[in-house]
Amino acid sequence: MKKQSTPIDESQHLISIKGLKKSFGDLHILRGIDLELYKGENLVVLGRSGTGKSVLIKIISGLLKPDEGTVHVLGYEVDKISIKELQKLRLKIGFSFQSSALYDSMTVKENLEFPLVRNSAHLTKKEIAFQIEDVLEGVGLLQALNQMPSELSGGQRKRIGIARTLIMRPEIMLYDEPTAGLDPITCIEINKLINEVQAQYNTSSIIITHDLTCAKSTGDRVMMLLEGRFAQTGTFEEVFASEDERIQTFYKYNFTS
Amino acid sequence: MQKYRHYSSSMKRSGKYIVSRKIDQIFINLYDVYKFILRFFKEVLFPPYEFKEVVRQCYEIGYKSLPLITLTGFITGLVFTKQSRPSLADFGATSWLPSLVSIAIIRALAPLVTALITAGKVGSQIGAELGSMNVTEQIDAMEVSGTNPFKFLVVTRMLATTFMIPLLAVYTCIVSLIGSYINVNQNEQTSYSSFVVSALQNISFLDLFSSIIKTTLFGFTIGAVGCYQGYNSSKGTEGVGKAANSAVVVSMFLIFIEEILVVQIVNAIR
Repeated sequence: MKKQSTPIDESQHLISIKGLKKSFGDLHILRGIDLELYKGENLVVLGRSGTGKSVLIKIISGLLKPDEGTVHVLGYEVDKISIKELQKLRLKIGFSFQSSALYDSMTVKENLEFPLVRNSAHLTKKEIAFQIEDVLEGVGLLQALNQMPSELSGGQRKRIGIARTLIMRPEIMLYDEPTAGLDPITCIEINKLINEVQAQYNTSSIIITHDLTCAKSTGDRVMMLLEGRFAQTGTFEEVFASEDERIQTFYKYNFTS
Repeated sequence: MQKYRHYSSSMKRSGKYIVSRKIDQIFINLYDVYKFILRFFKEVLFPPYEFKEVVRQCYEIGYKSLPLITLTGFITGLVFTKQSRPSLADFGATSWLPSLVSIAIIRALAPLVTALITAGKVGSQIGAELGSMNVTEQIDAMEVSGTNPFKFLVVTRMLATTFMIPLLAVYTCIVSLIGSYINVNQNEQTSYSSFVVSALQNISFLDLFSSIIKTTLFGFTIGAVGCYQGYNSSKGTEGVGKAANSAVVVSMFLIFIEEILVVQIVNAIR
């Protein structure tokens, strides 16, 4: 179990989802999801590929609309608010993409400047430069300031992707498969970074993953998504103490593979 | 929009169509294009304005197309003059050559050559660039960082093509006429000033105005088609290739249709 760094306040729900359903045509992805993210916690959503984990956080960030159910983020019902309100709300949510999604025509510096220049018009050039250096130092990649994304390794790209979201000082972090496609040592570094982000920036996070090591080392609470519904919730140990055969199979294959 | 997408995907799964798969899909695509163009006009009017990005795109689309346009325009003027000479010489009318060439270049060749060259170069570039940004979730990343990706990526590119293609067409006219002058000068030792005077004496305001309107329309079409194909490309590398390819094919097709329509309208006015 991960080392507890910040206290979790269960009286404060930053995200509250009730009865969420989402289909694509006749394909039913999410079949009634209930979820709550407390202030200060790292919540891991575990599940196999194609179970709708990424769809879930895309709905939370307003990139997709739910078919049924309610999604409240920081008190706002995401699919009911205006585009302007949604854009303001998004500044409080950091989204780290599976592919890092760095703008490949821009340098690392320009990638980090991009959200800052557009959303913090009051900042001077000096302040922007200071914030960029500060956040890059935080992820340990200050030397990459003037590099292009194509010159970075997979792990470095993930770090810059996280730095780009942190520069807006979000209250909530959404990580989509943060360790996918990385070697084991880089995975450990990314897991460590996720915990450091939680401690340093006081963020609450939802971490989408199928990697049990990532779930174990970053999650305060784990929710197991199976066939469009949460099958088990609790600490990592509690979830995998379940007698549900599907969960046991997932556990076994994850470690044997 | 989402409703229509669902309709489209559920049609694919169930195999039930109103008319047939292809015809239904054409109407769905036309509706999507209509919404896309409507969104452009909505977004272009309201702040925040991305001036810096518009200027950057004008540089990318306009300035970086100059070498190709220069070469094509010069050769078009030179070859057209060379090919027209024997026919006019048969009637002893080679003195009409500057007039003939300038009318052909200003009314039809320069706008069309510029539009087709930029449809190939710029259209495919926009389609591939936005397509790959879509595939690698860069457009989603822009959206969740509180930036309007449609405004930053689509509006700026469409404005840049709409502004730059007419300017490039004017430049093509000049370069083509220089090419033509070289050929005329070689054969008739005409001075540059007398070439210009005889080249422009039969050009009316309507010729210039219709060419500017036409190229503005071509520019808007190239930008709109490239952006639409790239922004709505399907996921995967195949989607990027298709976006780039259809950006070129569809814009060239539309450019010819627009050319025919504008010529009909101008001839009716004339």
